[in-house]
Amino acid sequence: MNRTLRLLGVAAFLVAVFVVVPLLISVTGRKDVYYTLTSVALLSIASAGVWLTFYIGRINMGQGAFALMGAYVTAVLVNHYGVAFWWTLPAAGLFCAVASLLIGLPILRLRGVYFAMVSLVLTEVTRLLALALPVTEGAKGITNIPLPGAISLFGLTIVPDFATLENPRIAFYYLAATLMVLCFAGMYRLVHSRIGHICMSLQQNEELASSIGVNIVHLRLIAFAISSFLGGISGATFAAVTQSVYPSSFTVTDSVNFMLNCFLGGLGYVFGPMLGTLTLYFGWNLLFQTGEFQLLIYSSLMIILMLVLPNGLLSLGEGRRKG
Amino acid sequence: MDTILQVRELTRRFGGLTAVNNVSFDVREREILSVIGPNGAGKSTLFKLIASFLKPTSGEVLYRGERISGLAPHIAARKGVVRTFQETTIFRNMTVRENVIVAHHLRSRASLLGFFVGTGTAREDERAFGASADEILDFLNLTELANEKARNLPHGHLRALGIAIGLATDPAVLLLDEPFAGMNHDETHKAVAMVRRLRERGLTVLLVEHDMPAVMKISDRIVVINFGQKIAEGTPVDIQNNDRVIEAYLGAEDEAIGL
Repeated sequence: MNRTLRLLGVAAFLVAVFVVVPLLISVTGRKDVYYTLTSVALLSIASAGVWLTFYIGRINMGQGAFALMGAYVTAVLVNHYGVAFWWTLPAAGLFCAVASLLIGLPILRLRGVYFAMVSLVLTEVTRLLALALPVTEGAKGITNIPLPGAISLFGLTIVPDFATLENPRIAFYYLAATLMVLCFAGMYRLVHSRIGHICMSLQQNEELASSIGVNIVHLRLIAFAISSFLGGISGATFAAVTQSVYPSSFTVTDSVNFMLNCFLGGLGYVFGPMLGTLTLYFGWNLLFQTGEFQLLIYSSLMIILMLVLPNGLLSLGEGRRKG
Repeated sequence: MDTILQVRELTRRFGGLTAVNNVSFDVREREILSVIGPNGAGKSTLFKLIASFLKPTSGEVLYRGERISGLAPHIAARKGVVRTFQETTIFRNMTVRENVIVAHHLRSRASLLGFFVGTGTAREDERAFGASADEILDFLNLTELANEKARNLPHGHLRALGIAIGLATDPAVLLLDEPFAGMNHDETHKAVAMVRRLRERGLTVLLVEHDMPAVMKISDRIVVINFGQKIAEGTPVDIQNNDRVIEAYLGAEDEAIGL
């Protein structure tokens, strides 16, 4: 029963994302929504990474750094070395994962606010690096990144060349949605397998976790690497969508937003970051009409939400089930 | 009886303070050995040194001839020396059963990746952990509370849960951190019986404790620490009649040392 319900939920979600949304858009003619939803999907992937670091008990405000790194890896590889986008996508993720291992080794020893502060600095350092390094071409960034080419297998074209499409936005939407679905399916599996419980043991008491034989240093690094991998993938796809990357593409604000997405959706729920990203992104855009009061209303609402729903939006459903 | 744990000239300094000073003793296989001493004598530091939660300034701890001190806690645990904590150290937001299941970490044969994709070995492991957890919960009379969130557990049961978590790692030596602290007469009585049953399971038990009557009742041997130094070692009767021990506890009621 429970299992059938869950499968139905997944099926409904997939149909909504891949069939209903494109249908609605073609009916209403609001093609610009594709870009918005692509952004939401990609940002939710980066937020999922942040969520995983929360899950092992670290407040991660450095995801902007890895998104920026990922974006630059793709941009540099595609523009300077002519590598196909599809190869640069995993390369960007792996680059970020390796970078995060090197960075994480010293800084993951820190806890609480100290880790949060260092990770925040990381975002800024990466931005400054992007400004200073020759390969990233400074403040003017890397622009005119060509659209992703075709993928063919045994002479069969699976993904068409984006440049030949009438509206590449739609293709990017499908790409981002697919990545998001894969990311959250993986996260769901991770959290609901034994690994999830071990991660949780880390979050709740590191000393006890190590006393039962968990190599906490090792596990923290793995979680941070997965998180940064997702950040890199997200950033790399963003670079392809916007066909450009600048040092200001991902800033401290983005890092903070990734974290807020997790808070808003709920730290106890795998799908929290997805719902959080959707709500925050659309919420912010809706408040645009309020002009100079946008930030004031937005931040007041955030404070109220955190007071009323400290466990995130998804805890609403939980309460009803219990009551 | 064979020696399972050797504490060799263990010293730990914190700045100018020598918390543990050149302490040596042996723990024999399937023995219940207690470390006692007045407040601030260095018992806790000694305990952490043996469990590899602290690095010694000098000296070493050998488990079956292999050095375990100065490594990481998870390595000592992997070799078979596992500590328990005082009662607040549990996985608060998991159920009692989940606490014990997750603590089976060292028994897993499947890799993390194996658990992620759900290989046959991983599924076998999970089934085995569940069964073993149920056995441990039954052993410690926690079965009825199995699905309770650990944070809602009453005090007495929290300590039992701590021991359940320790047992799940399948240790050879279990280090108990003040297992009788804050217990009334009845509870202590039950806890003493429980520690004896740990030995019947084949474990060697090393405990650090304040409760003198309980220590005198339960221990095969006792090591007394004062000002970081070992001042006596022997059977409960030896210790009760040792002049240096009586001197160390001077000012305390006679009853407090079981006289």
